[in-house]
Amino acid sequence: MSFGHKHILGIEQLSADDITLILDTAESFKEVSTREIKKVPTLRGKTIINIFFEASTRTRASFEIAGKRLSADTMNISASTSAVVKGETLEDTAKNLEAMHPDIIVMRHGHSGAPHYLAERCGFSVVNAGDGAHEHPSQALLDLMTIREKKGTIEGLVVAIVGDIAHSRVARSNIYALKKMGATVRLAGPGTLLPTEIERMGAEVTTDMNTALDGADVVMMLRIQQERQGKALLPSNREYSRFYGLNPENLKLAKADALVMHPGPMNRGVEISSAVADGAQNVILDQVENGVAVRMALLYLVSGGEQLAEQSA
Amino acid sequence: MKILIKGGRLIDPANSIDDQLDVLIENGCVAAVGTNLDSDNAQVLDATNRLVVPGLIDVHVHLREPGYEYKEDIQSGTRAAVAGGFTSVACMPNTDPVNDNKTVTSYICQKAAEVGLATVFPVGAITKGLKGESLSEMGQLREAGCVAVTDDGRPVDDGEIMRRAMEYARSFDLPVISHAEDLAIVGGGVMNDGFVATELGLKGIPWVAEDAMVARDVMLAEFTGARLHVAHVSTRGAVEIIRAAQKRGVAVTAEVTPHHFTLTEEAVRGYDTNAKMNPPLRSADDVAAIRQGLADGTIGVIATDHAPHHRDEKNVEFNIAMNGIVGLETALPLTLRLVEEGVLSLSEAIARLTCGPAQALNLSRGSLTVGSIADVTVIDPECAWKLEAEELLSKSKNTPFDGWSLKGKATNTLVRGKIVYNSDEV
Ligand SMILES: [Zn+2]
Repeated sequence: MSFGHKHILGIEQLSADDITLILDTAESFKEVSTREIKKVPTLRGKTIINIFFEASTRTRASFEIAGKRLSADTMNISASTSAVVKGETLEDTAKNLEAMHPDIIVMRHGHSGAPHYLAERCGFSVVNAGDGAHEHPSQALLDLMTIREKKGTIEGLVVAIVGDIAHSRVARSNIYALKKMGATVRLAGPGTLLPTEIERMGAEVTTDMNTALDGADVVMMLRIQQERQGKALLPSNREYSRFYGLNPENLKLAKADALVMHPGPMNRGVEISSAVADGAQNVILDQVENGVAVRMALLYLVSGGEQLAEQSA
Repeated sequence: MKILIKGGRLIDPANSIDDQLDVLIENGCVAAVGTNLDSDNAQVLDATNRLVVPGLIDVHVHLREPGYEYKEDIQSGTRAAVAGGFTSVACMPNTDPVNDNKTVTSYICQKAAEVGLATVFPVGAITKGLKGESLSEMGQLREAGCVAVTDDGRPVDDGEIMRRAMEYARSFDLPVISHAEDLAIVGGGVMNDGFVATELGLKGIPWVAEDAMVARDVMLAEFTGARLHVAHVSTRGAVEIIRAAQKRGVAVTAEVTPHHFTLTEEAVRGYDTNAKMNPPLRSADDVAAIRQGLADGTIGVIATDHAPHHRDEKNVEFNIAMNGIVGLETALPLTLRLVEEGVLSLSEAIARLTCGPAQALNLSRGSLTVGSIADVTVIDPECAWKLEAEELLSKSKNTPFDGWSLKGKATNTLVRGKIVYNSDEV
């Protein structure tokens, strides 16, 4: 089957078939990372610019490695510290990027919709590496890849997503992705962190974490963003961890073989206890490893992957 | 100078007239209304198949002068007004300097008179510098020409200041216009709080931020006896609060904008910054309630909240885009859609644009009574046209209705008996 998307702006626009194709492609690329020479010539001659308006060491590194393993020329721009401070608008940035004739722009931006802005106005492919509280598609895809790898399938699983749903692009992308692939999604968090009408995205919503954990196949913990605590969203870390932290006790409510996931970086002792973070059920490093493979697949597919298929095989 | 408007369908809701009648204008006033009027040496304006109505009044525009002439000025704003059929506009005080003193008021009046298009009724600030701290010199503002006071663009946060403002404004018979939002509840919201905001990952402005402030201001009006006008109502709750207050006899009027009765929060999808406004576009339920409020007369005024912004202030990420759209040239056809959709009768629709606003701000306009000032709008109700944002006469082109097929257009706009707009000559 073919992949008809020039951009990866979010999971919302992808079909279940698209997602399956991405995951299958990622699986075939995963092996590349284990070779002695970790490189295929697939995207040789292509230029990929990673432009990050928000700091994110791991996502940026993951995209950069993915591009390099495909032999693309990759470069990084940290926009937060330079252009924006000098008053450059996103329009200016778009024009400047276009003038460099990149093939793909990987963008992280603090404002929801910023990658959509670029995609509408520029000729290159745009891959969203996280926009505001909107979507983080590559994260959801690597989560799916990890789940599929460990559980064999996604369909029929019960996935609990716990924590700061309101500000989480990871949560939104995962809700879309998991629903499309036939999983049941349960969301849990305090009322201040559950956005209005989130249940209309097709998830079960509860303020009681135990309800969400009960019989879950996968427990996905979200990062609590300490900087938000001043805004009357949470009384304290201690209170949060008491009611919404994952520990060995409440993890027992989930299935015995439930996977524990976290998009990182973790606040140990707040949303996740060290015992769980270092426990046997966590697949957090698998997520990181799969992240590179998924991002290779995305870069490959948005550059018109089919024609390249024989070359790289 | 005499003008005879002949053969049109005259709709004058203030006088309960809807009939085939001619209008004779002499010396800037309505001299006669009747059948088969004749007058030698009068310029005849053929209004066959047209509507002849009192000049439309917009009680909520931002003309941006002084201070933000790069967005709009009195000349360009009133030119857009008359092209949209408006003969009178009330301009908001959030200029630079703020219209919180008689010097700025006089400047606006003088400039508008020089331009000579629509009549401009300045609205003064409630508090000095719109800071919400101390009352403006409302008596002098009224003497200089202000017809009401408001801190529009922001609420008067402090309940005590609002109480005193109402008590003080009452001494000068100035209506107080409430821009109703509880900023603390708004938080950092940029669109309506609801499912669309959740999906788009944008921070929401909940309806209760508006309802809470409308409730406070309505209660303060009841307590002080002041005349309250609630600007740009956008929520179901606000309509209900105002309706209940009116039933109790509180002197409260309300306006709604064409975009709030036409569009819902869905228009924000795609992060269209031309759908970013304050108050935000609301849910379908809110829109239904607003239309109901218009229909039953709770909301007696349609006002545009014409808010021109430069392209560079809109061509940015949604979060940081400025609030507001231009509205003077789209209000009439969007209002006529309400007639087509059965929400309002034609006469009611015209009332919401003429005597309703005149009554809310106590303006000596809004009817074609013999002897009154001859502000008249002639409308071709069947004229179908496509809105091209670039062709708007406003300096700014920020509209979510670009490319829309609209019906109904002002063909002639007369201010004080003078034709200031003729669609054939544009
Ligand atoms: Zn306002």
